[in-house]
Amino acid sequence: MNLVRDSGTAFAREFVPEVRAPVVLLFNAMTPLLFIGLFGPLLVSSGMGTASSWQWFLPGILVLLALSGTAGSGATLVGEAKSGAFERMLVTPMNRQAILIGRTLKEVVTLVAQGVLLIALLLPTDFTVHPVGALAGLLLLAFFGLGVGVLSFTLALVSKRNENVFYGVQQTLFFPLLLLSGVLLPMDQAPGWLYTVSRFNPVSYVVEAERSLFAGRVLEWTTLWGVLVCAGLAAIGLTVGTRTIRNTTA
Amino acid sequence: MTAPPIIRAQGLTRRFKVKKGQVDAVRGLDVEVAAGEVVAFLGPNGAGKTTSMRMLSTLLPPSSGTAEVAGHDVVAAPQEVRLRIGYLGQGTSGGHNHLVRDELYTQGRFHGMSRGEAKRRAGEVAEAFDLTGLAKRRVGTLSGGQRRRVDVAMALVHRPGLLFLDEPSAGLDPQGRAALWELLRGLRADLGTTIFFCTHHLEEADRFADRVLVIDGGRVIADDTPARLKADQAGDRVLLTTRDTTTAVTAAAIARQLPGVRNATVEGKRVTVHASQGDTALPDLIRALDAAGAAPRSADLRRPSLDDVFLGLTGKSMREDAA
Repeated sequence: MNLVRDSGTAFAREFVPEVRAPVVLLFNAMTPLLFIGLFGPLLVSSGMGTASSWQWFLPGILVLLALSGTAGSGATLVGEAKSGAFERMLVTPMNRQAILIGRTLKEVVTLVAQGVLLIALLLPTDFTVHPVGALAGLLLLAFFGLGVGVLSFTLALVSKRNENVFYGVQQTLFFPLLLLSGVLLPMDQAPGWLYTVSRFNPVSYVVEAERSLFAGRVLEWTTLWGVLVCAGLAAIGLTVGTRTIRNTTA
Repeated sequence: MTAPPIIRAQGLTRRFKVKKGQVDAVRGLDVEVAAGEVVAFLGPNGAGKTTSMRMLSTLLPPSSGTAEVAGHDVVAAPQEVRLRIGYLGQGTSGGHNHLVRDELYTQGRFHGMSRGEAKRRAGEVAEAFDLTGLAKRRVGTLSGGQRRRVDVAMALVHRPGLLFLDEPSAGLDPQGRAALWELLRGLRADLGTTIFFCTHHLEEADRFADRVLVIDGGRVIADDTPARLKADQAGDRVLLTTRDTTTAVTAAAIARQLPGVRNATVEGKRVTVHASQGDTALPDLIRALDAAGAAPRSADLRRPSLDDVFLGLTGKSMREDAA
């Protein structure tokens, strides 16, 4: 069956409930909102970062959104594999990849919408929006979300109806990836060994690229590394995910 | 009638790896179902019913053997099979947070319908299953019976020629069950839909199935119409009460001589006569006993249920199983 058409149907199935209850969108953005509200002020008063702390902090928070939200989205698929809803889709002639892609695209749209929401919340502060940089930043975020999302759904397929496996892996990865990415504090102030370790964390490059984009510096090497990491992540995710769902037998 | 069977499975097996080695869930399933037949698939828990159904509906690749369903091989051309079948699993088909209406529509879209067609069919099946009032409810807020109705409606949205139903009436009350079967029978009458179903309610199989397959230990151990299965596997019983224990022994001896009687057993003053056709054996039996001066004080005819057949074949009661 048609990949594009079926992805659209799968996307719509996931997206429509979200539109019907937009409050959910806000709930899903709870972690980053808490960071903005409860950690941000500390950052501002301690005078970290450059001219505006928000300018420095927001890009990291956007990446955190993907790590805390998008990365967990596979849990919905584990739930549907347990309930029978996933099985019912597998008996239809729909394209197998579309199941994965439709769901991931919904997560990407959610992620970007949350990003826009956070930017809007920061508008009353001294946060400056550089239009080109901000747009490029959101686009990069979308690509990052695509890779993270498709990997999350792949993990869900591999977890075989077992939430403990899913959450076990996801949580085990979450904190190292977060702490070694420089989302919360600048990594270049870290001790040498920690900085070195952080260089092996792909998320670091995404955070740095986002920071440079939101500072209005678009054409820089930092951006390129971030783009490469996101493209690589999406490519790996789509390849592994496609192979997994083709062999999935519910 | 030389139409090819709509289901033809030959030597189908399925082996699962478990921690301590492997389990043979299905060990050589041979099944043929003709188009338009209603076939009940019975067996105790763990007999391989669900595994077999999942193989026939492309959800699970067989370990060996072949199966052609709706004219296509389940392994070589699963998409072709999926286009032509409807499947109702044991779980809940609708998404927890989704509206009933949305899920019915989405299911039509997954089957390749246009938006308009999917919307129209969603309305039609909602009406047929009395779901119109629930259309705007989320599946998660429905009762068990309501959810089951949504599940069945989803399995029928694309008017499949062949329906696999794994415990279709689980969670339905007697009224709901009757309504479901009325609908399924209508479907078969109007469209010639073939129905292949598992159930724990043996009377459901008895009433609605043209044919019953009994599976145990991963193999089909009986395959016939409900009436013939009952006659062959269990038979009727005539229960006689005599004046005393000596008469009982005499009566049993006389009964054994009569044509159509398989056996007669004595328990105190009571005699149980096993006959394939109890209704025709009864008058002869009474006359013969009367002539020998061993007339019974009471006579009762017991017809077998599929449960008796099932117990006889598998040594397990379906009723205990269902609990």
